[in-house]
Amino acid sequence: MKADATLDCIGLYCPLPIAQAAKKLRELEAGQVLEVLADDEGIKEDMPAWCHMTGNELLGIEEGPEGYKVYVRKAKERDR
Amino acid sequence: MQKKVTLVVFSSELDKALAAFNIAIGAASAGMEVSMFFTFWGLDIIKRSEGRIRSQGIMRRMLNRMNRGGSKRLRLSKFHMMGPGTWMMKRLMKDVKFPQIEELMAMAKEMGVKFIACTTSMGIMGIGKEAFIPEVDSFAGVATYLAEAEEAKVNLFI
Repeated sequence: MKADATLDCIGLYCPLPIAQAAKKLRELEAGQVLEVLADDEGIKEDMPAWCHMTGNELLGIEEGPEGYKVYVRKAKERDR
Repeated sequence: MQKKVTLVVFSSELDKALAAFNIAIGAASAGMEVSMFFTFWGLDIIKRSEGRIRSQGIMRRMLNRMNRGGSKRLRLSKFHMMGPGTWMMKRLMKDVKFPQIEELMAMAKEMGVKFIACTTSMGIMGIGKEAFIPEVDSFAGVATYLAEAEEAKVNLFI
C-alpha cells in the first residue's frame, strides 16, 4: 500500500505506537496516509480502536515476518 | 464537546503509577482531555525528587522523612525487596525500550494532561506547594475532581 509517511515503531510497546502515530498524523494533511511499522501484537486491536475513537480511517493491517504494517488515512476535520 | 477522562491516583507504587500514565497518554493520544488527581500516597509521584521537604511539627517531619516520595523513589507493589526488585523491573523496561516513569510523565505533560494535587492530603501530611514538581497545574479538592468527573465517561481510581 502506498503511504505519504512512515513511522517506525518496531520494538516499542503500548502506548508508544499509538502516541507516536497520533503525533505523526498531526503533521499530515487530511486524506494523506500514514504507514506504521510495529511488532507489538497489541497494535492489531489498538489501532482499529484508536481509529474508531478519533474518526481516522483504518485502511488495513498487513502482517509480515518482521511485524505489522498498519495504514491509517487522516480524516477531514468535519468527519471526526 | 471534547471527551474527558479523569484518573484519581491514590497509590504511590511505581507499577500503579506506570499504569496511570499509560492510560493518560493513550487517552490524550485519542484526543481526549485528561485530568489526573493525585491524592494521599499518590502525591509521592509528583513530589520533586531533589532537596528536602519541609514540614511543621515532629509527626509530620517524621512522616515526610520516612515517606520522602518523588518519582525516582517509587517502589513496585510486589518484589521491591528493599530495592533490587524495582531496579530490575526498571532494567527490564529499558530492555524493551519502555519509557521510565519520568519520561511518561513528561510525555503526558507535553500532550496536555492536567496534574492536580489534593490540598486536603497536603494539609494532613504537612506538605507545601514547594514540595511538588513545577508540572503540577493546580492544587484543589474534591469538588474540582467531581466537576471534571461528571463530564467524563472514563473515571478510574488507581
